[in-house]
Amino acid sequence: MRSQGRAEVPAHRVILANWLFSMKSLTKSSFFVLVTVLQPLIFSTIAFFMFKSGGRPGSLLYAALGAGLMGIWSSTLFGSGGLIQWERFQGTLELLIASPSQFMWILVGSTLATSTLGLYSVAGTLLWGAVAFDIPLELAHPALFVLALPATVIGLGTLGLVLASTFVLYRHANALSNLLEYPVWLVTGLLVPVSLLPGWAAPLGWILSPTWGIKAIRYSALGGNPVPALLATVGLSVAYLVIGTRFIAYFERRAREDATLALT
Amino acid sequence: MPVVGAPVVEAIDLRRTYKTSTGSLKRKSLEVEAVRGVSFAIEKGELFGLLGPNGAGKTTTIKMLITLLIPTSGTARVLGLDVVKDARAVRSQIGYVFGGDRGLYERLSGLDNLRYFAELYGVEPHEQKRRIGELLEMVGLTGREKERVEGYSKGMRQRLHIARGLLHDPPVVFLDEPTIGVDPVGAREMRAMIASLTDQGKTVLLTTHYMFEADALCDRIAVIARGEVVAQGTPGALKSLVADKTVVEIEVYGVNDESIERLRRVEGVSAVSVEERDQLQLLMVQSAVGAEITPALLAQFDGAKIGRVVAREPTLEDAYISLVEGDS
Repeated sequence: MRSQGRAEVPAHRVILANWLFSMKSLTKSSFFVLVTVLQPLIFSTIAFFMFKSGGRPGSLLYAALGAGLMGIWSSTLFGSGGLIQWERFQGTLELLIASPSQFMWILVGSTLATSTLGLYSVAGTLLWGAVAFDIPLELAHPALFVLALPATVIGLGTLGLVLASTFVLYRHANALSNLLEYPVWLVTGLLVPVSLLPGWAAPLGWILSPTWGIKAIRYSALGGNPVPALLATVGLSVAYLVIGTRFIAYFERRAREDATLALT
Repeated sequence: MPVVGAPVVEAIDLRRTYKTSTGSLKRKSLEVEAVRGVSFAIEKGELFGLLGPNGAGKTTTIKMLITLLIPTSGTARVLGLDVVKDARAVRSQIGYVFGGDRGLYERLSGLDNLRYFAELYGVEPHEQKRRIGELLEMVGLTGREKERVEGYSKGMRQRLHIARGLLHDPPVVFLDEPTIGVDPVGAREMRAMIASLTDQGKTVLLTTHYMFEADALCDRIAVIARGEVVAQGTPGALKSLVADKTVVEIEVYGVNDESIERLRRVEGVSAVSVEERDQLQLLMVQSAVGAEITPALLAQFDGAKIGRVVAREPTLEDAYISLVEGDS
């Protein structure tokens, strides 16, 4: 007698199933919906007034795009940080590990879902800007903009994967996710241009995908050459994926040795 | 590949140590030996019970067998596959169900939960619908599957858990205290469901601390206490361990710990257990058949009010108490 299950479930199937399942699950969480829906509107409003009072009306779209990306980062951070903690809390983390699907593909699907939902914040911010502040959405390179957006989502999702992998082992690591929201907004230039920050802050931003993602998005919307930033975003995504999957394999094994998968 | 004729589940001298720490400023590291050399073998189609009190090491043992914990030492095999080296292959061949409220996605429907796990176990899309339908029917959730799990009763959740654990039709099923917290009628239905698993040719490992459950369901039982297997055999064989004993049941109102300690020291007493029942405590005292110890027992209560006193034949529960107290 053999099981109907498969010893090795194909990666694409696990990623797709988890992407869909997490999207469905997240949209039923009122906290997550609040963070994703309302927060970007609040931040974009603040950013609009900041830029307006700074006497740089031409930069309003610049600010709107930054605020949108801040929303994707918040959603990724809370989504992927909360993910493992929530799975552990509700007792499903063990069931996921006990399934024959590779845990890393489960996490890839779930973290991509959190940043995909964060896409709303870009759309919401731009719409809010158009309705409330009269900012027209005129794109310099529409085709590249359409490429830059998903590339950035993947860039942020895979960065979320690296973070989430550490949360498998360390039960309290998601407290870190609260600390990482503002610093990442700052050093990656989402909130204010990096040139306004002290010199040591810029190199920190170089290894973070939002830095390049926002450049690619801003250049493709406002003019300039977005291609180098786009390539950097894709390159970093690949690097994060490699690091994240290595971390997950290692941390999963450590968690089975140290018994940190369950609360009890 | 499974070896023909070999046990389906095999634990050989399994040990597991946990490291914990206490204190916040001066942290002290402690090592707790949860499982200390557990060995047993389960044959194909058998319903094997792991019976023991809370904290005896049942869940730790089961978690090592289902690849969630790596043993500190010793080996375990499921269908001939090593649980550490061949973890992924083991996972596809086993189902795991645990008791209690947790382990389900509350905000989603029962059907969403089942579909998701069917994907994780690689059940083919064309098979999923049929399999989920069959399982909903089997666990009696047909018609309720589209409701959110957060509205399910304990019994319904537990039935959903069982359906989830069987989605990929695994030949080996691990049930960790599946009836815990379920009302008596629900628990009885659950037991019928568990019994039907071996009829389907599955091999089942069940952990429980309910004696009657183990007695009613299991072909063989291993009693586990303080991380060790203290006895193994059929329910009948375990009962025969106390065949030469008699049990005196004493109802007492407000007995203290010192009196119970004194009871244990009375000559001829082999085990004492206490069951709290509202106002009174029911003491069960085991001694050799023919030993006239009742008057000596009744003298130990410091004037506490004594109710009914009955002598009776031992049951599986008495065998269990005798085993976990280490006096058998």
